[in-house]
Amino acid sequence: MKRHFRVWRGDSSGGDLEDFDVEVNEGEVVLDVIHRLQATQTPDLACRWNCKAGKCGSCSMEINGMPRLGCMTRMSTFTADETVTITPLRTFPVIRDLVTDVSFNYEKARETPAFAPPAGVAPGEYRMQQVDVERSQEFRKCIECFLCQNTCHVVRDHEENKEAFAGPRFFIRAAELDMHPLDARTDRKQHAQQGQGLGFCNITKCCTEVCPEHIKITDNAIIPMKERVVDRRYDPLVRLGRKIFRRDQLEAAGESVPRATPATAETPSGRRLPESPALGPDGRLDIAELSAPIQGGPSPFGEDITFPLPPERVTYHHPDPS
Amino acid sequence: MTTTPTRHLYDVVVIGAGGAGLRAAIEARLAGKKTAIISKSLFGKAHTVMAEGGAAAAMGNANSRDNWMVHFRDTMRGGKFLNNFRMAELHAKEAPERIWELETYGALFDRTKDGKISQRNFGGHEYPRLAHVGDRTGLELIRTLQQKIVSLQQEDFAATGSYDARIRVFQETTITELMLDGDRVAGAFGYDRESGDLLLFEAPAVVLATGGVGRSYKVTSNSWEYTGDGHALALRAGATLINMEFLQFHPTGMVWPPSVKGILVTESVRGDGGVLRNSEGKRFMFEYVPDVFRKQYAETEEEADRWYTDPDDNRRPPELLPRDEVARAINSEVKAGRGSPAGGVFLDISTRLPAEQIIRRLPSMHHQFKELADVDITKEPMEVGPTCHYVMGGVEVDPDSGAAFGSVQGLFAAGEVSGGMHGSNRLGGNSLSDLLVFGKRAGEHAAAYLDALPSRPKVSRVDVAAATEVALAPLARADGENPYTLQQDLQAVMGDLVGIIRREGELSDALKRLHEIRLRVATVAVGGGRRYNPGWHLALDLRNMLVVSECTAKAALEREESRGGHTREDFPKMSPQWRRVNLVCSLDEGGQVHLERKPVPAMRPELFDLFERSELAKYLTDEELGEE
Repeated sequence: MKRHFRVWRGDSSGGDLEDFDVEVNEGEVVLDVIHRLQATQTPDLACRWNCKAGKCGSCSMEINGMPRLGCMTRMSTFTADETVTITPLRTFPVIRDLVTDVSFNYEKARETPAFAPPAGVAPGEYRMQQVDVERSQEFRKCIECFLCQNTCHVVRDHEENKEAFAGPRFFIRAAELDMHPLDARTDRKQHAQQGQGLGFCNITKCCTEVCPEHIKITDNAIIPMKERVVDRRYDPLVRLGRKIFRRDQLEAAGESVPRATPATAETPSGRRLPESPALGPDGRLDIAELSAPIQGGPSPFGEDITFPLPPERVTYHHPDPS
Repeated sequence: MTTTPTRHLYDVVVIGAGGAGLRAAIEARLAGKKTAIISKSLFGKAHTVMAEGGAAAAMGNANSRDNWMVHFRDTMRGGKFLNNFRMAELHAKEAPERIWELETYGALFDRTKDGKISQRNFGGHEYPRLAHVGDRTGLELIRTLQQKIVSLQQEDFAATGSYDARIRVFQETTITELMLDGDRVAGAFGYDRESGDLLLFEAPAVVLATGGVGRSYKVTSNSWEYTGDGHALALRAGATLINMEFLQFHPTGMVWPPSVKGILVTESVRGDGGVLRNSEGKRFMFEYVPDVFRKQYAETEEEADRWYTDPDDNRRPPELLPRDEVARAINSEVKAGRGSPAGGVFLDISTRLPAEQIIRRLPSMHHQFKELADVDITKEPMEVGPTCHYVMGGVEVDPDSGAAFGSVQGLFAAGEVSGGMHGSNRLGGNSLSDLLVFGKRAGEHAAAYLDALPSRPKVSRVDVAAATEVALAPLARADGENPYTLQQDLQAVMGDLVGIIRREGELSDALKRLHEIRLRVATVAVGGGRRYNPGWHLALDLRNMLVVSECTAKAALEREESRGGHTREDFPKMSPQWRRVNLVCSLDEGGQVHLERKPVPAMRPELFDLFERSELAKYLTDEELGEE
């Protein structure tokens, strides 16, 4: 059966949605249709893919406005006469057609301190309990499709936040190392808050929603990391202890004492950063927000929108390369 | 757009960013060499992520009777004694260290009760031996190595201010030709997918770690990258390939829906209790136990079922026979008209384990079937059939160093692209450990080769100009063959005529057709520009797929016996005479594939003594047995 598709084609200088009618067979996925387009109509249509089984995270794209893997989106999920609109990931600069420059993610990976092996434990002598490794293993399921990075409204359409914000993919990396039973570093939380811009995140759970591996990014990584950072930074005794022991160092380095309110910090350029949600008197996140009728808070797409969008409402314009 | 390649100077260039490539690069960098990693895809997407079951290493965590000698025996049996014994020996001895090392890089394997690395059962392995993480072990391995490389880059950043100072990853880059200075490797030529720019790497040592050749087949578990690049690069540089007739068809690939045809269903499903049934509901594997394995496998369903809980007092279920046996059995059932609706057989775990356990032990299989096929494996059986999975053959290498044989020097190979280690059939779980063991060795020996090199070889301008012309030719032709059509035609020839079951007439026919396709590949043309143009990329890959397919077809025609991943309907028996023969492919000056026979190296006596004489008698000639 022939189905109607609209595929964004172009490069960093601009482009537009092109219309195609393509044969679709029972049991196929969106990536099959792209391959058929390449083989029959547009041999140079650019699209990343590898495993075709949802294991490598290469074929990330936006299908009817939703960030998805092409290989995991079955054609049977659309109604019979529905137009399918395929656009590149919006948060990253377009290279060509559906291929975007995802180097942002590789740069952030380099800025995340690596696993620190425990001193004095020889290879082969590592002992860990299954129940302890499981927490980190959840995050190691990540296939680096970068859909969470793409959907996160802190950087989606906010190029200016990219420098200070590592994104959900690297929050789960920090959480993974924080929860690793044998990791020798103890500053993973501080790094997440101070080096990765964890405070930008106001837990709208969009990342969790798009994760093809169903990793509970917000609940199991971001919230625990936020809470522990809070514990550490705002426990008055700890703070007092730090002040006493570290005054010399702090003064010598000319640093100010850590702020008492979360993440209303200012960037070097004087721009105000987004705020974290308010904390309760116990220093933890207000439970009411987690049990609100809309999970996690406002959707970046607005409350009155349901996916998939009707094709006439997908007005895709890629941001300028500048 | 310029036709002058951008030059990069390195000590070691590793082509391929899967497990073997990354492990080789780590070793070369640790030896102080400036190292480039060439990745055909994005960093961390390599096909290694598809490996599900685990990495085989005789650590003895699950059964203390396991040791390297048992592992060595299993590997040789699996490969039907055609393996390069020295590689199998090194592999069995060094695999545990390589796995433990991964933990120091941050890997998190599943654990035993006493906190050690858990090990699972797998086809052909006598004891539970596979270190694993659920059924996504390959992903864990690639991510761990990727993160180790990042951590080395962080060290370099701290020391020099540049992440790329000593080890750099060139993502989405393809090498189309190796550059030689006389017989010595001088570098590698290729292009960057994203920009279409041409690149010239000047380096005295190159490690090939490009994986396999599965894209030449219609039904395959392999990704688009698996076009035999390393095999072809090695051939054109004067190296030799061995055992190219041996392709492993994984017995259980998905057969429904069509979009995922070929994608793997891990052997762990069977290791954890899954059984194969035909359309009559019969557990048919009991009828396909070959004589050489009869002693180790159960004869009744009752005994087989007891084995899962009491492996010491019962024999293994026949579902866990080596992959070639299971693939052939499924093929026979389907041919006899007892197949499933989509042309496979049924693999059932739903009636064997509680749903909760299936989800815990096989999470990504549950996920894969749910999302890709809308099948809940805790409630209904899967439909499975054989899929082209792995090539045992590859670059003929020195077992200790991974240095390629043939006329070329400075070329190394590791992982699937190298040949010999797995003989005629690879055991599941042996590939992940193979790429760690020999990846490390290749990196180490590439560095050592460099230290002994008197002067740096030079890349010749003439060669660069020739490589540029070849690379840009498909774009320059006004019209010609469509690369996608050509690939489909090639896949049809290989799938239909050089598939699981082979016959002399069909193989000769295949060679004729491959020759016709060769002429057509020379006229392939693509529209569009150089920037991320998949048509152009495929046009260049075709050349490699073709020459490798010719090697496979030629060797398959030559070898008149059935062994492991090579089944001849006209020669159904395994022949002890043929066990002594390796088929070696090279290219002559005209670019034609040349095939010759070489003796398989004879096992050292102390390794010989690890086997019972009665077992060896099934494989070896009387003459060989008499020598002992």
